[in-house]
Order: sequence, then structure tokens, then C-alpha cells
Amino acid sequence: MSKEQIVNKDDLVVRFAGDSGDGMQLSGTLFSDASALTGNDIATFPDYPAEIRAPHNTIAGVSGYQVHVGNHIYSSGDKCDILVAMNPASFKSNLKWAKKGASVIVDIDTFTDEAMEKAGYKENPFTDEMERAYTIIKAPISSFTARIGQEQGADKKTADKCRNMFALGIIFFMTHKKLDQTFAYLERKFAKKPDVIKLNKAVLSEGYEYADKLEVIHSHIFEVAHAEMPKGRYRNITGNVATAWGLLAASERSGRRLFLGSYPITPATDVMVELSKHKGLGARVFQAEDEIAGVCSAIGASYAGALACTSTSGPGLSLKSEALGLAVMTELPLVVVDVQRGGPSTGLPTKTEQSDLNQALYGRNGEAPLIVVAASSSANCFYWAYTAAKLALEHMTPVILLTDGYLGNGSQLFRIPKVADLPSITPRLAKPNDPDYRPFRRDPETFAREWALPGMEGLRHRVGGLEKCPDGPLSTDPENHALMTYNRQEKVNRVANYIPEQEVTGNPDADLLVVGWGGTAGAITLAVEELNNEGKKVAYTHFNYICPLPKNTGDILRKYKKIVVCELNNGQFAGYLRTQFPECPMQQYNKIMGLPFEVGELKECFTKILGE
Amino acid sequence: MAKRHFVPKAGVEYTKADFTSDQMVKWCPGCGDHAILSSLLSTFPKTGHKKENICMVSGIGCSSRIPYYVDTYGFHSIHGRACAIATGVKLANPELSVWVNMGDGDSMAIGGNHLIHAVRRNQDFNITIFNNEIYGLTKGQYSPTTKFGQVTKTSPFGTIDYPFNPGELVMGAQGTFFARSLDCVPALTSQVMEAAAKHDGTSVVEVLQNCMIFNDKTHAAITDRAVRDDRTIVLENGKPMIFGKEKNKGIRFNGRCLEAVTIGENGITMDDIMIHHEDTEDTGIHMMLARMSGDLPVALGVIRNVEKPSYTELYENQMDECKANCKYKCVDDLLNSGDTWEV
Repeated sequence: MSKEQIVNKDDLVVRFAGDSGDGMQLSGTLFSDASALTGNDIATFPDYPAEIRAPHNTIAGVSGYQVHVGNHIYSSGDKCDILVAMNPASFKSNLKWAKKGASVIVDIDTFTDEAMEKAGYKENPFTDEMERAYTIIKAPISSFTARIGQEQGADKKTADKCRNMFALGIIFFMTHKKLDQTFAYLERKFAKKPDVIKLNKAVLSEGYEYADKLEVIHSHIFEVAHAEMPKGRYRNITGNVATAWGLLAASERSGRRLFLGSYPITPATDVMVELSKHKGLGARVFQAEDEIAGVCSAIGASYAGALACTSTSGPGLSLKSEALGLAVMTELPLVVVDVQRGGPSTGLPTKTEQSDLNQALYGRNGEAPLIVVAASSSANCFYWAYTAAKLALEHMTPVILLTDGYLGNGSQLFRIPKVADLPSITPRLAKPNDPDYRPFRRDPETFAREWALPGMEGLRHRVGGLEKCPDGPLSTDPENHALMTYNRQEKVNRVANYIPEQEVTGNPDADLLVVGWGGTAGAITLAVEELNNEGKKVAYTHFNYICPLPKNTGDILRKYKKIVVCELNNGQFAGYLRTQFPECPMQQYNKIMGLPFEVGELKECFTKILGE
Repeated sequence: MAKRHFVPKAGVEYTKADFTSDQMVKWCPGCGDHAILSSLLSTFPKTGHKKENICMVSGIGCSSRIPYYVDTYGFHSIHGRACAIATGVKLANPELSVWVNMGDGDSMAIGGNHLIHAVRRNQDFNITIFNNEIYGLTKGQYSPTTKFGQVTKTSPFGTIDYPFNPGELVMGAQGTFFARSLDCVPALTSQVMEAAAKHDGTSVVEVLQNCMIFNDKTHAAITDRAVRDDRTIVLENGKPMIFGKEKNKGIRFNGRCLEAVTIGENGITMDDIMIHHEDTEDTGIHMMLARMSGDLPVALGVIRNVEKPSYTELYENQMDECKANCKYKCVDDLLNSGDTWEV
């Protein structure tokens, strides 16, 4: 292959689509891992249906996995440069995610009359117009794979499962990558099944060679620029795993046992699944009978002295509301991870959204303030889980950490820190036999109470949901209730004294300030960067500390003539900011489609506002 | 593996007074809860557990006020959730002796799910259910144990709800310990609570308790002194099931079901009377005993007490094994595991 055939690119988006069970998530993961190991920055985004195996060959059953590789990657990318479609249904539902001119690889063997009808095609799907708009490569993936299977004496079912490897082989050829990495993975994964290793390797190689023989592909080979990243040791990580590891690190650093009480719920389950693997590192995981028992067991564990956590998604957070009020009232440390999904009710379980913000801020009876923080990338879920734990333990309060399905399931490169380099965590433990111990005696600076653990001598006391006076006993005294309500609020307000100031990026001298929060940082950053590179002036501020807000938030907002708040809901953060800064007029850009922002739509929106 | 005990023993001998808190007890005068509290306070010294390691957990209701009246650590939580909170307390620190107190509504209506799952897992804590067959704190609505047809504030035409029998729930959930007592027999209550404390795993003690304001005399048909001996039977392990004022009545299994018989009548001898085995693994007979009512005397005492590894023991064994076999010594090892590379 000569160099002239290679197209150099800063970044490349590849989307794998097929029937649920076609192994598209695995193909995507293997491609992103191989890319990361060969020096690309990466971000991934799985797009899968709620059904585990929806009816074969239907649109409902299509599962997708998008990988964005390049030299500086903020998000999983808008539209793809290469689309793999393993059947007619995935071709039909995913073509809209392909750029004009994209290479589209289809398993042509699957385009039978029956499958096309199931996908809703009445006639030949490959119209002349379509053939002009895309480079469609009709690869006989099924028949080639079946032939290799036969040669190796594998049954049809086993051979069928390898079709994804053929497609992956084509992609590896097109992206100018070697197969060694994936060979090594297969050898690890199927260590006890040499037949399976041999078959998968053969199919992968056959896909690679098939691509080499195809002339059309030789004009579509991409060399993606290597990433320029800060020095360090790196790995690929999903947001949910990063969250789990952040909690483990916080437990180790604070010296408090880690307890997680949770109930399975999409897309948060993997936080519990990951921590369940680490009993050896001291993770005490309890799979509860329901969401309420999940949070209540965590509150009990917190009372007994653990770094107590519960993980959930929107509907689960609703179920935990009453117990969160108990955690607020008893002033116990607690980390609640909410991996947001489309709502309300069951909503869109496998799709992303930022619509639990109001619930996190206000979803409890009574005056029940707590800390709310949000992660903004898959990798920084680690730091925000760690930070949530630190704030909970040092300020003696529940903390809600908002991530979302996009961050939780998506993956990114993670620069591995040393636990010893992370900020220290000092839980506010009471001293045994302290004659002056009072359950609600407060630190004069933070207003946090002390944590006296059952088992400690000389500190026996009672906590509970009923209002107490500072000394501990119950009180229905009107002035006391006013005082305790003030104290609980003030304790959360004062967290603002311990968090960094809000920063502005992009062009700070711009007229337009773009405001984002949580999981949308990738797309907004890129949109703002591109507009500034194009000569427009746009400033950007992204919030991770939601409640309380950084102290300089008002100063920033008041500086700009135009503000647009972008979020994947109907304007919850915009509403929250307006109540605190009514003097600042704010526009909104909202998307409620269960999908992340695309850079293109954001640029269009900002350009329009700039022109007004 | 040898049986493990986690709660440290006190070096000193306590008395009931050591566990009595300085808080004013605010139950109605004459309420059965006073007697249950007294039984509980006299049970603690007998457990020999360190005072600081005892933790009371309750939900919401009249009975759930109990943590305030016991001078130990205590958590007066929210309605129905005591078992879930106690689960977390015990898992976070297995060295605590955890006691859960609930009413019938708290434990079997709003908290029914947590109760059966705690019992199913054999969580290592002691549950006392104060069963007065009514919602007292909200002033007299029918509960999941209210007798069928009873008129209450929310059933002015009589309930059409079939009641739960807590013992059946415990057996149905594969419970390992169930005992029953009467508030008016504090010595028996203390006795079964002591047995409950010794049991590893979930113990459930149901105390039939009188709410003199909203459901007065609901248990009178079995608790009145005039009828108590004939309407109840105190089961003792390894002993024949004998009851009655004259100690001449007994329980026998007639091949189809349990029946009450009189020794000396119709050819019945002591040989016909069943022997109580609290440790029979199968729940069948215990279920029948827990269900006795009507023509049969209500069973009191320890009905079921079976050995089975507790959740705490299984959990701690698994934690120890995982720690011993863990390839990571610290979180840094985990962060650097698998595919990583240097830039």
C-alpha cells in the first residue's frame, strides 16, 4: 500500500451498528482500545435499546457504538466518517448518523427480502442517490465468516458470533491499524477456549485481507493524528467505572470503610457491578431489595461510620426522596450517585438527559438543602465522585453527584493519578469520652456537626427524623426549629467557602457567554473553540458545583450582555440561575431527545445569538 | 468454618438501670409498650454485650419511640425502614448488637418488603414487633393485623382485609427464629428476648400488645387471666405441648392438622401429645404452631430457633477471603491494572 492513498485526519468517527447481540459494543470497545494504545485520544458512546434482545432484524433491536478518535477529543463526535451496518435495520436507522461522503460498510448477505421487509424497506435500499452520497461497501460478511467457520469445524451459531470480527478487520485496515492488540485481547478473553481464539483471529484477519483486496477501500484509508497529551500513565475508562473507583479512592484516603447500598437500575447499575468486584479492597456492597432499602442501608452504614453511598437513576432518586430528607435531618454524610436518563417515569432508560437537576435540588419535603455536584466527562467522574465523598465527610451532609447515561456508559482516556496526590479527606469524627460532645454542636466555620459512631465510648446519643435541639434531645420549640433550619442551610451555603472559583474559558472578552453544566462539556467546548477559531468571540463557563454555586458566579454572569444556558432538559439550570441572579437575562438552548448535544447544532445556535 | 461472633463482651456486669435513659417516657399510661420496654431493659444486661456496642433502630409509630428510652446508641428513623437501616448499621460495623423495634403497621404494611427480605437473608439483628392490631399514633386506623371485619376509623363498616400473621410471614421468608409473647407477661417476654439475642441471624419476637386508647382488649380473648391458661400455650423446647389451667390439655397431630385434646378423655394419653422441637429445619410444623387460634391455643414462647449461617457471618467470611486473595493491595494497584500505557 503506498502512502499517497492515506488520508490524514485530526479526528475520525466510526459507528458500529447491528442487531442487539451482534457484538457491536465489543467491536467498538476493541477499536477504541486499539486506538488509545496506538496514541490516539478517544471518546466512545454506546447507543443501545432497552430490550436485551428485541426481535431479530427489527429497528427496535438495533444497537450502536460510536467511537471518536483523534489528537484532541472532547466528545464522542456528531456524525460518523465510517458506518458499519450489520443488517438492513441498522443501516436504515443509522444512516442519518453518517456524514455526507462517509464510507458505509454493510453486510450485504443480510439484505434478504425478509430482513429488508422487517426493516421496513419496500424496495432496494441502495438508491442511486444514496450511492452518490456515500461510499457504500457491500461486504459479504456473513458468507465469508460462515466459510471460515466451516473450514475450522465450528458450528453455525459460533461462527455467526464472529461476524463482528470481520467488520472490525475491515475497520482496522481502513484506519491503518495493526491487529496485534486485538489478538492479545482474544487470547486473554478466551484463554480456555483455543478454538474460539483461532476462529476469531481467522475471521478478523480475513476481514483485514478482504479490505486490502478491495480497490474502493484504498482511497479511504485514514491515518488519524496522534494525541498530544500531558505526560503520564493512561487508560481507557467508562464514567460508571470511574465513579466507582473515585469512591474507592475516597474510602482509602479518608480511612472510612466504603459501603454501597444499591438496587439495579439502568444506566447506573455498572457502578454497583464494578464495586461488587472489589470486596478485596474493602468495598462493602449490598444489593438491596429496592431503591428505598438501598439508600436506607447507606444511611444506617453512615450512622455506623462508613463512607456510605447509593447509586441510582432518576426514578430511583424519586424513591429515595424521603430517606434523603432523613439524611439531611440527621446530618449524616452520604453520597448519592444519580446517573441521569430520559424521564419522567420510566422514560427513556437507555438514553441520556439532564432532567433530574430540579429533583436533586428540591425533591424533598421540608427545607432540606444538600450539596449537588455534577461530573462533566467520563474520566472526571472519578474526581467528582471523590469530591462528593470529601464534601460529604467533611461537611456532614448528603451530596448528590449527577452524572448521566452518556458519561456513565461512554468512555474516555483517563490520566491515572496517585491516590496520595489527591486532596486529603478529614472526616469530622468525635473524640470518645468527650464530656462536651453534643450531637448537633457545630464547627464555627463550616457549621458541620461531629460524627460520633456507635461503639465509641461515652458518646451514646440518638439521631432521627424528628427535629432536635443542638444538645441532641427532641424539640418542637418554634425558635429551635427556625435555628436548626437556618443552621442546616447555612452549613450547605458555607461549602462555597471551600470550593474553587468558577472559571471562564474561550474568549473571556466576548459579548456572548455560553453556560453549561454536567455531561455536556465535551460538545460545548468544541463548539466554542471552533467558533473562536473562526474569528467569532464566545466565552464559556461550565458548572460542576451546582449547589452551592461558586461564589463568583454572579460576577461572571453580570459581565456579559448575552448569556445562553445550554442543557439537555427544558431549562432547569437556567431557572435555577434566574432565581439567584434575576438581574441577568438568559437565553436557553435545550434538547430533550435522549441524545447528547451535537457540535453543529450548538454552533448554529451561538452564531444566531451573536447575530441578533 | 467455625462459628464467628462479632459483638464484643462487656468487661463489667450491667443492671437494668444502666440501660434506662434520662428521657421522659411519653406513652399513654397503661400502654403495653411500658412492659415491653421494661422486658427489653432487663434483657440487655443478660446479653453481656458492651453498652456502647448496642444500637437501637426503629421506624415510626408509638413503639418506635423506644430508642429515646434506652441509654444506648439509637436511630429513630422513618416509617417502615428500620430493617433497611439496621442492615446498613450491621454491615458497616458487625461488632454492633442491633435491635429493631417496629409496630404492626410499620413492619408489615409500609415496611413489609424490608421485613421479609431481612428475614430471608438472615440478617444478624433482633426484631421486636409490637402487635396491637391498630395504627395508634395516627389515632385508630386498621392495620395489616387488624381482625377481619373490625370497625375502625377507616373501616366504619368493618374491614374486608384478611390480616397477616407475623409468624407465617417469618416462616414463609425462611426465618430462623420466631417467638411470641404477651405484654402482660413480662417475664416470658424477657425470656424470649434473651433467646433472640443469643440467636445468630434474624430473630423476630412478636409481642401481643394492648393499645388501651384505640384498640383496647384486642387480645383480651386470650390474655385475660380467667382464660389465658386455656387459650394460650407456652412452648418449651423438647417438652410436650401441654396447656390449660389443669395442665391436662395438649396438642396432637391427627394426621391432617393440629388439634387440642384432653389427656384422659377419649383414650388420649401423654404419648399422643406432640413434643416441641424448636430446631426442626422444616418450617411446616412451626408454621402450623404459629397459626394456632380459634379452637387451638395461641402459641407463645420460642416457636422456631434454627441454626443457619447469618448474613453477617457469610458476608465477613467472604470479605476476609476476598481480601486474602486480592491481587490489589491498594487503590493505586487497581487504577494501574489492565491495559495502561505511558505517554
